[in-house]
Amino acid sequence: MSSAIDVRGLRKSYGDKLVLDGIDLNVAEGTIFGLLGPNGAGKTTAVQILSTLTAADAGEIRVAGFDLHQNPEGVRSAIGVTGQFSAVDGLLTGRENLIMMADLHHLGRREGRLRADELLERFDLVEAGAKLASTYSGGMKRRLDLAMTLVGDPRIIFLDEPTTGLDPRSRHSMWQLIRELVAGGVTVLLTTQYLDEADELADQIAVLDHGRLVAQGTAEQLKRLVPGGHVRLRFTAPDDFALASQVLPAAARDEEALVLQVPNDGSVHSLRALLGRIDDASLEVDELTVHTPDLDDVFFAVTGQPTVETSPEKVTTK
Amino acid sequence: MSYALQDTATMLRRNLRHAQRYPGLSLGALGMPVIMILLFGLVFGDTFSAGLGGSGAGFDYIDFLTPGILLMSIASGTMSPAVAVCMDMTEGIVARFRTMAIFRPAVLTGHVLGNVLVTIVSLALVVGFAVLIGFRPNASLGDWLLAAGLMIALTVALTWFAIALGLTSKTPEAASNVVLPISLLLPFLSNTFIPLESMPSGIRWFAEYQPFTPTINTLRHLLLGTPMDSGDGWLALAWCAAIAVVGYFWAQKNYNKGTVA
Repeated sequence: MSSAIDVRGLRKSYGDKLVLDGIDLNVAEGTIFGLLGPNGAGKTTAVQILSTLTAADAGEIRVAGFDLHQNPEGVRSAIGVTGQFSAVDGLLTGRENLIMMADLHHLGRREGRLRADELLERFDLVEAGAKLASTYSGGMKRRLDLAMTLVGDPRIIFLDEPTTGLDPRSRHSMWQLIRELVAGGVTVLLTTQYLDEADELADQIAVLDHGRLVAQGTAEQLKRLVPGGHVRLRFTAPDDFALASQVLPAAARDEEALVLQVPNDGSVHSLRALLGRIDDASLEVDELTVHTPDLDDVFFAVTGQPTVETSPEKVTTK
Repeated sequence: MSYALQDTATMLRRNLRHAQRYPGLSLGALGMPVIMILLFGLVFGDTFSAGLGGSGAGFDYIDFLTPGILLMSIASGTMSPAVAVCMDMTEGIVARFRTMAIFRPAVLTGHVLGNVLVTIVSLALVVGFAVLIGFRPNASLGDWLLAAGLMIALTVALTWFAIALGLTSKTPEAASNVVLPISLLLPFLSNTFIPLESMPSGIRWFAEYQPFTPTINTLRHLLLGTPMDSGDGWLALAWCAAIAVVGYFWAQKNYNKGTVA
């Protein structure tokens, strides 16, 4: 698979403050890449550099196949950016904002209007389309912002903290929109400080802390980096529970619920070993669930920080 | 090239919509010169006339004043684009424009053209009110066209310069202050309101060599046929060209600061 974004040795400092300290990134086409990190980790700076807004101090950067230093215009023609701070024109209506974008992409008068109306429809802004964007709620502004980014059919979209400050409902509708984009073949690089958001959306996650990438992989791979995984076995018969406790002495017991928690990293190999022991003892297990650590644990393990800011709404999918 | 024109036109449309929906800035730019011409023409006019030209024979202060007020409208009109461009830069929308493959100078050029249009309206208003209170130019159509061309050239030049200043400002308030030397100092320290001969020597020296004086002389010559130094017209154009070039490149440099150009 070819790379939509390829970055090697990206560095940036502001004065004597080092913001990005040698970042390597590779984003495959048609995937969602999540750049995860706390405030001040350098996420926004990374997006600003990749979207040609800020010049890097060092590093080789290719976006959509274009060398960013040699051909920033080529990069600009392939990307769309929705920043952390709303990039809509408050003194224009939603529809006028979209038509302005269509004009800047030289779509032509008729085509531009059609595109604007189609996006208003898709982003649930038809009624709001005739109102000034400055009167929009946070969630509406963010939707208009993303719709404006899509006017030019970009192949690569940068989303800098797309759901920061949104209420849970707007947040979920934004997630849905992002998934639809990628289903249409677009590549998305998103930054977030919410672990659950990266977990929900991203195919690949890179954890950024103090300007360095401290871990990279799929959510599952990252979770396996940290100890603390276990397999939970629930029994219906007290006899089986008692026997299992003898066979698996390392397990934590919950006699009331007839539940054993067996330490296990969740890999195929160790699961097979555990199942073998259950079979050998002819144990009747009512329910077996594998628990890998969540990204909270990962973040703590790789950054040494207790936690990032918690999300406005904790989505638990266990 | 055609994209350059299209993109600039798109930005101009945006700025004209802004002027229409947030009229405070442009109304100020339109109203202030009208107030000035009425104030100086009607309220102070007789006194100035008496003080400057003696008992009035052959000297009509409103004729002397109007070309000066026209330039003053151009100067005071530079404040709104400086503030607007600074407000633009503090909002996300310009960051969006800078990540798009659009004609790079379009955003700023749109501001300049928008201000040129507002200024033309403002100049027309000033001429209208001036005629109402006694301004009697004896210019031919050709003279009027030359005068209009010179005024537009000065507007373009000063607007680019004001926009460059606006881009260096962190806040809109700072932007409105930083253009004050253009919008207030240059018009007052020139022969806008009074002839050079009546000024104290230090200020007179400054007034003689600053860009407004030859421009006003040229304008008075074109509109009223008053005598002027033969070089004043060219000097005025040279000032316009120099201010425009410096303003343009400085503004572009500020706009592209820190980005991959």
